[in-house]
Amino acid sequence: MAEVSVNNVTKTFGSLKALDDVTMDFPDGGFFALLGPSGSGKTTLLRAIAGFIFADSGTIRIGDQPVENVPVEKRDIGMMFQNYALFPNMTVSDNVGFGLRVRKVGAAEERRRIGEALDLVQLGQHGDRKPHQLSGGQRQRVALARAIVTNPRVLLLDEPLSALDKALRVDMQFELKRIQREIGITTIFVTHDQEEALTLSDKIGILRDGKMIQAGPPRDVYSNPADLFTATFLGEANILDALAGEGADIKIPHGFPTGGTLAVRPENISISQTEPTANGLSKCQAVLERRVFAGAMATCILQSNGNRIKVISRDQDIPSDVAEGDRLWLTWPVEKTLSVPSGRH
Amino acid sequence: MSANLANQERLRIFGLLSPAYLWLTVAIFLPLSAMLYFSFLSDVPFGDADWHHTTKNYQAFFQTKTYATLLWKSIRLGLTVTAVAVLVGFPCAYVLAKTIKGRSREALFLLVILPFWSNSLVRIFSWAIVLRGNGVLELGLNAILPFQVDVNLMFSTPAVVIGLVHSYLPYVILTSYLALQAIDDNLIDAARSMGANKLTILWRVILPLSLPGLLAGAVLIFVPVVGSFMEPRILGGRVGTYYGTVIEDQFVAVFNWPLGAALSFILLAVVLLILAIASPVLKRAQT
Ligand SMILES: Nc1ncnc2c1ncn2[C@@H]1O[C@H](COP(=O)(O)OP(=O)(O)OP(=O)(O)O)[C@@H](O)[C@H]1O
Ligand SMILES: [Mg+2]
Repeated sequence: MAEVSVNNVTKTFGSLKALDDVTMDFPDGGFFALLGPSGSGKTTLLRAIAGFIFADSGTIRIGDQPVENVPVEKRDIGMMFQNYALFPNMTVSDNVGFGLRVRKVGAAEERRRIGEALDLVQLGQHGDRKPHQLSGGQRQRVALARAIVTNPRVLLLDEPLSALDKALRVDMQFELKRIQREIGITTIFVTHDQEEALTLSDKIGILRDGKMIQAGPPRDVYSNPADLFTATFLGEANILDALAGEGADIKIPHGFPTGGTLAVRPENISISQTEPTANGLSKCQAVLERRVFAGAMATCILQSNGNRIKVISRDQDIPSDVAEGDRLWLTWPVEKTLSVPSGRH
Repeated sequence: MSANLANQERLRIFGLLSPAYLWLTVAIFLPLSAMLYFSFLSDVPFGDADWHHTTKNYQAFFQTKTYATLLWKSIRLGLTVTAVAVLVGFPCAYVLAKTIKGRSREALFLLVILPFWSNSLVRIFSWAIVLRGNGVLELGLNAILPFQVDVNLMFSTPAVVIGLVHSYLPYVILTSYLALQAIDDNLIDAARSMGANKLTILWRVILPLSLPGLLAGAVLIFVPVVGSFMEPRILGGRVGTYYGTVIEDQFVAVFNWPLGAALSFILLAVVLLILAIASPVLKRAQT
């Protein structure tokens, strides 16, 4: 177990800057997500930490060891691949024991630790099977057992759950988190799935075009996005710029930077039929365009001054007699207004 | 209903397979059966020759030790050529499949396939020019080395091996290349992430996974090399008498087709026997 720190790392492929002055700290024992659109450099950053590629400049430390010049086989990491990358010619036990065999821990020790790792992922009975005899979720667990059996200093996962269907993915997220807590290993994972990143991690890093846009605890990043891109990438946000109109009263939060953009998340808006009078609320009028019922929650799409606004709330909180085409009032607390520094969009 | 479907399926499979089987029947089975028939005759059944059925052609193999000795010599040649071809071809296939990317791969591939496209006689005589005393190899070496060397490999076993390896190398490269190509690069990355060095990865991941291709290539080489006659004759000269050249003599020089046919079928049987004995070992190696 060790802390990982990435400082001012730059990596170019030809003329493309896949990583551009990236800095992020991964404290010991935490669970971290790297998030960003396709091609933003997530895999590149992960592979640079793993040691498959070497950065052009900048430093990477694992524990207190600078690893810029240490190749992957000497970095003592555990890695899990998107397609599992299990050795098809070996049994589950041999797959898990591969790293132990390389480290020459001895046959008895090897057996003991393989057993332990397989028990941890609840596959104790499947040691003699070949990977092709396992289900997708089971392969995933084998890959995880194989990555952690050597007690690596850091666990790296590249979209580990993306090949699983939704239900299994949620199970595995839970499982991954449980195991990570149990062994306390510093874990860095790449994902496309914002929700996954927000629920699992202690800290997320948002990448875009090779730059680290923002890094911090999920709640901070979600409620104080560094720019419009982050605001819209991490969940949804209604931009309030052009939202004047009859009766609209949009209060600007304290310390709002000039020239910034105001936004509010769909789940922070409430809907009412009469004009609200409470203080400390921003409000505006909008026409209900569509109401989508989805069990406990409902999504409403509204139009105001040519802007599309999305509201997500508990179905029971929306008056039941509102109809599409009605003129409604939207309100939200001032402190829920996101003030997004306008930078690059 | 389902029986009907199964019938249709069977019909389709039959329809798809029949051209191939028809071709195999005409091109291989018929001539081969004719030869099998010949091998039990006392003389070629052409013209006014006087012939009858006999097994003396097969007995001939066991009456003198010459044939068995030559067959053993040919099998050894087959093993040597296969081993050399695998040792040269596998690394070459590995580099092609895993190291080189893009256009240069295509160019190198072309070079590998080239022996297939050149006429075999041209190929062999080119080697003769290279390997003979005062030939290209000797002149080249003497131009580089500070001292004089005499290199005359012509009419020796190494010359035969070189010629045969050159002819059959593409098989092992192609089959290994396909097998190596199919290995997911992530497997290699995964092994590296677990601390394995290059040798371990080669030995425990790459070799086991590409073994089927490698073995297919080895078999494709071994079988024809055991029966080869052209390379031994031209490059081997006096030492180039092998089982294959003896068979060739029966057909083109002595005109004793029945004996030639019988010797061929004995070769076929021995090769099949070797493969049958080796197959459990090979199968185990694959898993
Ligand atoms: N080996 C390479 N050679 C050249 N360009 C590369 C290489 N690897 C990555 N790139 C480029 O670097 C950029 C970042 O790639 P990277 O794989 O890190 O993206 P990513 O964030 O993981 O995307 P995705 O979510 O689609 O996996 C991309 O534009 C990609 O084309
Ligand atoms: Mg990626």
